[in-house]
Amino acid sequence: MSAKNPEYDFAWCPGCGDFGVRRALEFAMNDRMVKTELAMENNVVVAGIGCSGNLVHLMEGPQPYGFHGIHGRSLPIAMGVKMAKPDLNVVVVAGDGDFLSIGMEHIGPQAQRNLDICAVVMDNGVYGLTKGQSSPTTELGTITSSTPYGKMESQLNPMDLYLALGVSFIASGYSSKPRELAEYITQGMNHPGFSIIHVQSPCTTYNDTYEVLKGSKAKGIAPGTWYLPEGYDPTDREAARQAVNTAGVPLGIIYNDESRPTLTQKIEDARAVAKPSTAAELIESLII
Amino acid sequence: MASRNEIVVRFAGEGGQGVVTAAELLARAATAVGYHALTFATFPSQILGGPTWTQARLSTEIVRSPGDSVDVLVAFNEEAYNTHEVEVRDGGVIMHDPSFTPTPRDGIKSFSIPFDELAKQTGESRSANMVVLGALAHLVSMPQQYLETFLESRFAGRDQVIKANLMALGLGRDQVKDETPIGDLGTPNRPDYEQIFIKGNDALSIGALAAGLDYYVGYPISPATPILIFMERHLVGEGQFAYQVSSEIEAIGSLLGGGFSGRKAMTATSGPGFSLMSEGIGLSWMTEIPLVVVDVQRGGPATGLPTKTEQSDLLAALHPAHGDVELPVIAPGTVEECFYAAIVAINWAERYQGPVIILSEHSLAERAQNIPKPDVSAVKPETRDIYKGDDGYLRYEAWERSPMPIPGSPGAYIANGSEHDSYGDTTHLPSRHVQMTERRFSKLKLLEDGTFESENTKEPIALMTWGGSKGSTRDTYEALKEEGVNLAWYYTMFINPLPPELLKELRQKELVIVPELNYLGQFASRLRSLGVNAEAITQYTGLPFRVSELGQRIKDRLGSSAARMVKA
Repeated sequence: MSAKNPEYDFAWCPGCGDFGVRRALEFAMNDRMVKTELAMENNVVVAGIGCSGNLVHLMEGPQPYGFHGIHGRSLPIAMGVKMAKPDLNVVVVAGDGDFLSIGMEHIGPQAQRNLDICAVVMDNGVYGLTKGQSSPTTELGTITSSTPYGKMESQLNPMDLYLALGVSFIASGYSSKPRELAEYITQGMNHPGFSIIHVQSPCTTYNDTYEVLKGSKAKGIAPGTWYLPEGYDPTDREAARQAVNTAGVPLGIIYNDESRPTLTQKIEDARAVAKPSTAAELIESLII
Repeated sequence: MASRNEIVVRFAGEGGQGVVTAAELLARAATAVGYHALTFATFPSQILGGPTWTQARLSTEIVRSPGDSVDVLVAFNEEAYNTHEVEVRDGGVIMHDPSFTPTPRDGIKSFSIPFDELAKQTGESRSANMVVLGALAHLVSMPQQYLETFLESRFAGRDQVIKANLMALGLGRDQVKDETPIGDLGTPNRPDYEQIFIKGNDALSIGALAAGLDYYVGYPISPATPILIFMERHLVGEGQFAYQVSSEIEAIGSLLGGGFSGRKAMTATSGPGFSLMSEGIGLSWMTEIPLVVVDVQRGGPATGLPTKTEQSDLLAALHPAHGDVELPVIAPGTVEECFYAAIVAINWAERYQGPVIILSEHSLAERAQNIPKPDVSAVKPETRDIYKGDDGYLRYEAWERSPMPIPGSPGAYIANGSEHDSYGDTTHLPSRHVQMTERRFSKLKLLEDGTFESENTKEPIALMTWGGSKGSTRDTYEALKEEGVNLAWYYTMFINPLPPELLKELRQKELVIVPELNYLGQFASRLRSLGVNAEAITQYTGLPFRVSELGQRIKDRLGSSAARMVKA
């Protein structure tokens, strides 16, 4: 509904990156509403569990439909919504724990199907709502409440994973740059196929990475983010692979392949050649 | 020998040898000419090889159960013979492959018939089953002309195939033509109503189509896979969607999205897949999204017995998820009921806005049978109460079922797995949890329109089975009645909510005996929790009840009170 709902008692911590992501999503969806002249009810935001998932309750302005489901299953639910009503614009909002740990099994199948939805992944490298356990994107060796002797698993490179799984549109954004992020989300929503907008969205309470991402002249820390260079070709898969394996966080449209048909298209193709029978016809065919 | 009006033929061999096809073909041919027939199949859990057997029971009367003893055994190999010879009744017949020489016990005849070699002579190597049927027809005095008529209609236009199969029939008959028939199936007594020949899974699938199903996702699992295959073929029209996903977790998630977006959504699975779906099913109850989950039960727990029958998922179906959840459950008991169960399940889901479970089972799913032709034009599909107003609506405001908004139209809300307020935002207010819990349970009241069977209701002791044990139990009931053991008969496929009038009557009984295929006595336990003095007769072999054994166990239970009930 909105942050003003008195019954809804959840709040992000001050400075949470998710505020910026929410703003970006509001920009993108409102722009879309104006450009398409379709009411906000033609959008569905499917949320995962965690701080990120609460975004669906905190959106201001015209309200889309929302689905705040169960942990890790935002992609299957989004698939159901999209395939049931392909005209809807379906956006997933999830965090690194929800999307990349419990929910990771669902990324590959949607990538291969090229399901026409846009997933916005808020990566803070930690489980925030359960108070600070390690997530797949937590750095190796980090001490958290669940890794008292240091995290034992190496840090996942999510965008390399998306590329390997065949996601057809990948963008990388930063929650402190909501206008840029809104542009990536818009492109992702317009992309014919499965798009993931991976966002650095720091957790001020358990994993404050603002300084690492922005850098600090005073402390002599170089910014951890960098923009893709002029002339970068997002249709070049090898270039994308190099970008996501370069130190720091690249910002921009990492990869874009518009050549593959979407699942919706493939279903329509099958429908064009199928010869389905009605219940009555099937029964007639079984008469003895 | 006394004239028999029914016959049980068991085909046994290895998977891939056409054992199942033979039984179905025999049953189909028999029903095509006016007999009644039912098949019972049990498979090995592998693609090719492994011991398998299927039997067909043919009769001039309606058939309800697989039959206790075997009149004719067709053994495709020695192992099959060794395993099944003991089940052949005295005076029965064994037809076997010439690769071995059996020595059956006294009173059983055996014939060596080179099925494959004779089939090759016809030029159609796949006609081995027809060789068997030709021999069989003679042994049970089934007029050959019926089989010929059947072949001509089944392969209409394919003259070569007809010719080869007719030749195969003749070659089979010649093998046994000097033998005295072991029985007389008699003249078929074709019912005066139209019939179809169909399996349980197909009946359920067609029922779902008739009810307006337009969204199906599934994941392959025995014995539910045929429903997925059916839907992939037939649910592909405009506005329809059928799709194989990557797991049962994806299936239930996708189903939730489909139901949320206004579709009539269904999936079918079996025990392991049902367990994986439990969290999603709870979410469907919580968010009040209509959907149907078919659990075609097999032996459990864990991987259990994938290709055997059992009725052990009832408690899981009623309470699949954590928290305060109690789901509507419909358990068809016959192939015909599979058709109607699907219709009611979809109607119920739409009506109360939530998940409905259909409990089928292996023996029912794979059972091929002649049933009265369902009248699709009489099916009344229900559609949910959809919100059609302007903005400002709060879906969960009422304490009872209320209209459901659909994305794309005004009335935006959040379907939320957390406890929620009237809009769907998360809340922890005690008063809201009370309201929403009572709202969710109140909707079950909308589903109390189930029907039930009752007979002999003045008797103080009742027999009431459920699901796929209906046929065997009904046959047992009839047999006991002939012996003078009188019981009341009750049956419904509406397991939850039970029809209120039925529950009222059951509560008045001294004892309700519940035959069911599980260890715990799950339905009896459920009935006891509802105030019925129910006691289970259980079996957990992976096979259906045998009528003779069930009858004996009922009499044993009745003990001295049976003497009182037998009327001299």
